[in-house]
Amino acid sequence: MVKVRMAAPVLQQNDEVAGENRELFNKKNVFVLNLMSSPGSGKTSILEKTIGKLSKLLKLGVIEGDIYTTRDAERIEKFGVPVVQINTDGACHLDARMVKPTLEDFDLDELDLLIVENVGNLVCPAEFDLGEDARAAVLSITEGNDKPVKYPLVFRQSKVVLLNKIDLLPYTDCEIELLEEDLKKINPELELFQVSARLDEGFAPWIAWLEEQVGLKKGS
Amino acid sequence: MHEMSLMLGIVDLLRKNAAENNIGKISKVMLVVGDMTMAVPDALQFAFDSFRDEELFGDAVLEIQKKPVSGECKDCHQNFGIDDFNFLCPFCSSPHVRVASGRELYIDYYEGD
Ligand SMILES: Nc1nc2c(ncn2[C@@H]2O[C@H](COP(=O)(O)OP(=O)(O)O)[C@@H](O)[C@H]2O)c(=O)[nH]1
Ligand SMILES: [Mg+2]
Ligand SMILES: [Zn+2]
Repeated sequence: MVKVRMAAPVLQQNDEVAGENRELFNKKNVFVLNLMSSPGSGKTSILEKTIGKLSKLLKLGVIEGDIYTTRDAERIEKFGVPVVQINTDGACHLDARMVKPTLEDFDLDELDLLIVENVGNLVCPAEFDLGEDARAAVLSITEGNDKPVKYPLVFRQSKVVLLNKIDLLPYTDCEIELLEEDLKKINPELELFQVSARLDEGFAPWIAWLEEQVGLKKGS
Repeated sequence: MHEMSLMLGIVDLLRKNAAENNIGKISKVMLVVGDMTMAVPDALQFAFDSFRDEELFGDAVLEIQKKPVSGECKDCHQNFGIDDFNFLCPFCSSPHVRVASGRELYIDYYEGD
């Protein structure tokens, strides 16, 4: 019997392709954001509001990850921004290899910002680097106060958390200060924005953050 | 649920490596999984049992070694264990803490003939 040492990272193949994607994004100076949350937290709704505010200021593209449907892509298409749908055909997350071929469908020389809406899932997408510059997580206040401690990885790896559905605060038991405290323990450097996509409220700091990131990438 | 796609990758890596090393039968696989990955050991076991083929894997066992989460403070340079994903430095309260262990996800070794 022989013992073979491998020390082989399981995600190595994904990480290599993610590196290639990242290199391309850097060459083209496109800021890429990987947007993650549970199903129904409001990723697409936030995207719709964000596009409405940003599409006059900069050139935006969207990749929509979904297990089977094209519904979210149809919602985004109405805003006249380039959108490409990836159907994962059952997989609970996007990976770098799924993203790579879609990049040919965008004119990256023209784009300033590419937002990837990941498959609705708080667990699996966190494990897969797509080549993005930053990750943002959406957490709606109706999901329960325990979600950060139950699914810490996605929040640890995000630069931004959007606390959505703030309009529902009076109807829930959500204690927003405690929620923010838990998030800050997991990731003390996190930027937190309270928004309501329904009422179109609280978006200014988030939009400013995006503009700043795009500016930094352009300048680099 | 992504344990399925992780395990597909693992079995693939093992097949390639076994072929390169002229190993026809694998008896044991040692996987290292940090507590800060989202991979659940039971689900990995289940996935392993679904994807292994008789020829190469026969009665092979998958063993999983867990690694606890620990951090290193970028300000005071202390090392410490991290419970409940509280990433504030317990020595100086700094928020600048590097994850020192807990993100591992790799095949350490396998045994076979
Ligand atoms: N009350 C309220 N509902 C919202 C808000 N944002 C999204 N929703 C609703 O939540 C549901 C899921 O939203 P969607 O954007 O599709 O979530 P996704 O699955 O994360 O993309 C829809 O019915 C939205 O209308 C919000 O700020 N307040
Ligand atoms: Mg959606
Ligand atoms: Zn310290």
